[in-house]
Amino acid sequence: MIPIYRRRRLINAFNLFVSMLAVAFGLFWLGWILWTLFSNGLQAIDWTIFTQSTPPPGSNGGLANAIGGSLLMTTIAVIIGTPVGILAGTYLAEYGRGGWLAPATRFINDILLSAPSIVIGLFVYAVYVANVKHFSGWAGACALALIVIPVVLKTTENMLRLIPNSLREAAAALGAPRWKIITMVTLRASRAGILTGILLAVARIAGETAPLLFTALNNQFGSANLNQPIANLPVVIFQFAMSPYNDWQRLAWGGALLITVAVLAFNIIGRTLFREKIPLQ
Amino acid sequence: MDDTTIHAPKIKINNLSFYYGNYQALKPMAFEILENQVTAFIGPSGCGKSTLLRTFNRMYELYPNQQARGEILLDGQNILDPRQDVNMLRAKVGMVFQKPTPFPMSVFDNIAFGIKLYESLSRRELEERVEWALRKAALWEEVKDKLNQSGTSLSGGQQQRLCIARAIAVKPEVLLLDEPASALDPISTAHIEELIHELKEDYTIAIVTHNMQQAARVSEYTAYMYLGELIEFGPTDQIFVKPKRKETEDYITGRFG
Amino acid sequence: MASVVTAIERVKSPPTPKIISRPLTAARLGRQYFVDLVFLNTTRVFAFLVLALLVGILISLAISSLPSMRAFGFGFLTSTAWDPVTEKFGALVPIYGTLVTSFIALLIGIPVSFGIALFLTELSPNWLKRPLGIAIELLAGIPSIIYGMWGLFVFAPIFADYVQPWLIKYVGALPIIGPLFSGIPQGIGMLTAGIILAIMVIPFIASVMRDVFELVPPLLKESAYGLGATTWEVVWHVVLPYTKVGVVGGILLGLGRALGETMAVTFVIGNAHQVYTSLLAPGNSIASTLANEFTEAVGNLYTSALVELGLLLFLITVIVLALAKLLLLQLAKGEGAQT
Repeated sequence: MIPIYRRRRLINAFNLFVSMLAVAFGLFWLGWILWTLFSNGLQAIDWTIFTQSTPPPGSNGGLANAIGGSLLMTTIAVIIGTPVGILAGTYLAEYGRGGWLAPATRFINDILLSAPSIVIGLFVYAVYVANVKHFSGWAGACALALIVIPVVLKTTENMLRLIPNSLREAAAALGAPRWKIITMVTLRASRAGILTGILLAVARIAGETAPLLFTALNNQFGSANLNQPIANLPVVIFQFAMSPYNDWQRLAWGGALLITVAVLAFNIIGRTLFREKIPLQ
Repeated sequence: MDDTTIHAPKIKINNLSFYYGNYQALKPMAFEILENQVTAFIGPSGCGKSTLLRTFNRMYELYPNQQARGEILLDGQNILDPRQDVNMLRAKVGMVFQKPTPFPMSVFDNIAFGIKLYESLSRRELEERVEWALRKAALWEEVKDKLNQSGTSLSGGQQQRLCIARAIAVKPEVLLLDEPASALDPISTAHIEELIHELKEDYTIAIVTHNMQQAARVSEYTAYMYLGELIEFGPTDQIFVKPKRKETEDYITGRFG
Repeated sequence: MASVVTAIERVKSPPTPKIISRPLTAARLGRQYFVDLVFLNTTRVFAFLVLALLVGILISLAISSLPSMRAFGFGFLTSTAWDPVTEKFGALVPIYGTLVTSFIALLIGIPVSFGIALFLTELSPNWLKRPLGIAIELLAGIPSIIYGMWGLFVFAPIFADYVQPWLIKYVGALPIIGPLFSGIPQGIGMLTAGIILAIMVIPFIASVMRDVFELVPPLLKESAYGLGATTWEVVWHVVLPYTKVGVVGGILLGLGRALGETMAVTFVIGNAHQVYTSLLAPGNSIASTLANEFTEAVGNLYTSALVELGLLLFLITVIVLALAKLLLLQLAKGEGAQT
């Protein structure tokens, strides 16, 4: 083997080996984090976590009010954000062939998709909370809705674009007006994909803490009053984890495990529902 | 030819040309499509036959920068006139595409979709019409127990007949078939050709096909196109036995294409 | 014309039944067009809403930062002051923290992401590709607060006990970069925050790199292999140059994420309002400052200064993400693929 060739083969083997190390590196952290989460979190999970509200330090309790608050805000965020995302995504996919609005919206949407969520919280604070002079569950739900919209918009547009033109033409050939083609044929054909987008959006907001910090704040008690600060899992976890109290920290791990399981579950369900590759960004 | 009645012209094409942006895809042409006859359009890939077919129901208007010039007279009325309502036109001129395109709904709803756009029928009337359309498309026996199943659950040949039934159900006067059997196996293709023979008793049919033998089998008139130009138009027997132009003869005898 | 004689029985079609149908009237047609118009404009309004959102955020943040902008002017960007009592604020510490932690995150994250993408596209056996892809998405999906908690309670102590003393002793003794690794091993600090950010950012960059590597036409790679190139050489000399615009786009995307990341950084950065030379010392990022102090901020100027920080972060992120998007669009245009 001539020296040049041997050297090249060595470099090749070395670099490929290093790339394998990179994969191992990534998997190592994933495994460690998940293991920590499960081992610390499982200890804290029992029925009381779902039945009792957050306790003051030193006593026993659960996370019921936080779970309830999170569920409530997530549901509202989805109810507000999904129609906006679907309608806007429909415009981009079905009407967006000419003009400036579609490319501009697509561009801006991709920016919003990755924008820091704490700024979204700041925005809702500046526009809403500062004006009504109190924190509230509505503000929190609004902030979450603003995060839902870009995700749903992008998935809706991508799914609609996957529908072949021949299907639209077949409906047009029967004399169907544009809006019927879109609602009764195209949107209908992308049902599964759009649902996936919604599930992915839910997975995304389930884990978001920052936008809730200045909007929904937190509440020690359980309440369904959205006009007041409302308990929610992420902020409770933040508070409890940073505290010096052991039982609070224990509950924080429990909550962290709950959130992670929910997020991963939604992600998996969403992606198995529609096997097409959905871009991470 | 087993048919000696004189057929009136259903569609008269005058000086028709077509542009994709600045590119002229169809050179000016003139011919007639006769009522209750099958007219076939043949020619090598890219000759413009599908483009031509799609002018008859203004399908190209779904896309920007596509434009037809000239006149297409359907029963004496110019359908290219901007005042002509395009959806009404499409209710009169139906189309079946190359690949089967069942809607994401049940078999019944697929057929009912077109009907419900323009007519208010009672439930019973609707069911009768759906059955009639499926019988006409020779699909009824195969799907009568499956009317509530999704259209996509049928086989390829069945799906294409579903699309034909769907097109017929709205009672058009003209049927445009764009290579309807090219995605199907030979037995389904034979079914479809059988169907065309039946359907021409009630409809005027224009069919685009890349299969010369199919054109010879099903049509009474044939148009040979090459590179956007109508080279020759005439009775099928004459085109295939004694073509007037050398280009036609070269294509028919397989010297190119 | 010869009929096709088939073995299948000819179904004689039934006579057209007497169906009374009420054909379309002009009014109904008109109504269709009206609905068409309403539908088009409704979707258009919502698309515009999204556009307006970005502008709205910028405007509202700018308005709320006015008091702070008036009080501190451009000096805000260069001052390290942060005293709620005398109401003197400066953005240098948080900006420094944001930039340094993101830089560390990219420094570690880019090579690792590249290695992962390389593995996934060239080395990995087919059965492994899907599970690995899922693993990457899992890593990306873990909420950032979990990264923060793990960082604070698990990683930082181990880092402080085992790695940092080593770093201080050996790397701290080197010239030039030595001072960056001096100090006491606290566990938390800028370096820790940077490392955790790196782990968070890796799945995003790796994913974009992998997608972009897969766009390379196989024929191109085959012609290189055909000349006898090794896998590494094909990747380094053919794939990377072909996809470099997309790779940079992916890196910028990761940067955008790192800049705005809040919870993970807040837990481990140490919340100190000073710029220390050592990376092992605590610091602050814009996001962590906001997270820690916003709800307790008293006084209009304090709040306004914090909002101005938020505005700065938003501006930086928007620019980085816009750049990333432009680069990725350029790559897609060049290949005729859709982004």
